Amino acid sequence: MKLLIASLLAAAIPMVAQAEIMVTDPWARATILASRPGVAYLTFTSNRTDRLLEVRSPVAGQVMLHKVETDGAGVNRMVHLEALDVSPGTPVTLAPGSLHLMLMDLSRKLRKGESFPLTLFFESAGEVTVDVPVLGPGAMGPAGERR
Amino acid sequence: MTTEITRIHRLRRVRLAIWAGATALLLSAGGALTLLAYMAPPAPRVSSVGEADIRSEFSLTDHTGRAVTQADFAGRWQLVFFGFTHCPDICPTTLAYMVSVLDLLGPQAGRVAPLFVTVDPVRDTAPVMAEYVSAFHPRLVGLTGTEAQVAEAAQNFRTWFERVEEETAPDGYRMAHAGHIYLMDPDGRFDAVFQERDQPPEAVAEEIVKRIEKEK
Repeated sequence: MKLLIASLLAAAIPMVAQAEIMVTDPWARATILASRPGVAYLTFTSNRTDRLLEVRSPVAGQVMLHKVETDGAGVNRMVHLEALDVSPGTPVTLAPGSLHLMLMDLSRKLRKGESFPLTLFFESAGEVTVDVPVLGPGAMGPAGERR
Repeated sequence: MTTEITRIHRLRRVRLAIWAGATALLLSAGGALTLLAYMAPPAPRVSSVGEADIRSEFSLTDHTGRAVTQADFAGRWQLVFFGFTHCPDICPTTLAYMVSVLDLLGPQAGRVAPLFVTVDPVRDTAPVMAEYVSAFHPRLVGLTGTEAQVAEAAQNFRTWFERVEEETAPDGYRMAHAGHIYLMDPDGRFDAVFQERDQPPEAVAEEIVKRIEKEK
């Protein structure tokens, strides 16, 4: 398992514990066709109350945090979240069929086997950049890749 | 901080049919025949899935550009999912699930036709569907058509979708749609419905194999 620990706020007041964000298992799906939005998933945990404000990547014009909401009739709608509150010690999991990062206006097709940088901006922890490996178009995660 | 997406009401005809179907089912079958009847108050959004209603009947174009109907798949079980290729999360997730079910069927896989019907036929033309389905499985069949043909197919399957205008989406819209996978029997009649999140693909494959073996 790829474990990336970003220690931030190096210049913070010494008495205050550092805000730390731990990002695990980042991955994205290969895009099949040009001009289709891509998708990336990851899990992160913060050691303090924080707020995810923005996500950026050089491969995408815009990265949007989306949540899938399913109504009583089984109809899925994507809801855009402008920010996400983070509780200390509680992992936030982005996974197929629920929370995901939609990569809009991709500058290139995401090909299986490649990777790209993705930066998460937190209110108190600041920036965390991770390297996101691209898995197959039907992948379900780094461990259980189906195709 | 949540932006609820505004919805455009299209397919009023489909919705009326769904309403009528739901009412008829609830009145006549007293719930016994009703497999899945959902009421979502207060908006007039009702979807009904019942054995009597759902049928695999369509006139569409497959990803090779060939005009097809349900007759082209007669004699085989069908796994049917409605989605669209600009969908980054639910559709690849569900299709990956569907083809893993297919692979888990082993020697019985040939008895099942996996069908992916687009609800976005304007963008999902046959060549687009060809490239898309081939990324998932060599046997996955992509189906598209005119907007009217797709609406009719969705109506016959009693599934539901709508175009949602959203400024930030590619081309300014996305499609809201149901995530169900239908299992239709070799006569094109409804047998079961599955959702990716409800059980592992092994469980669905087992259900299908059980049915196929019972036929003999």
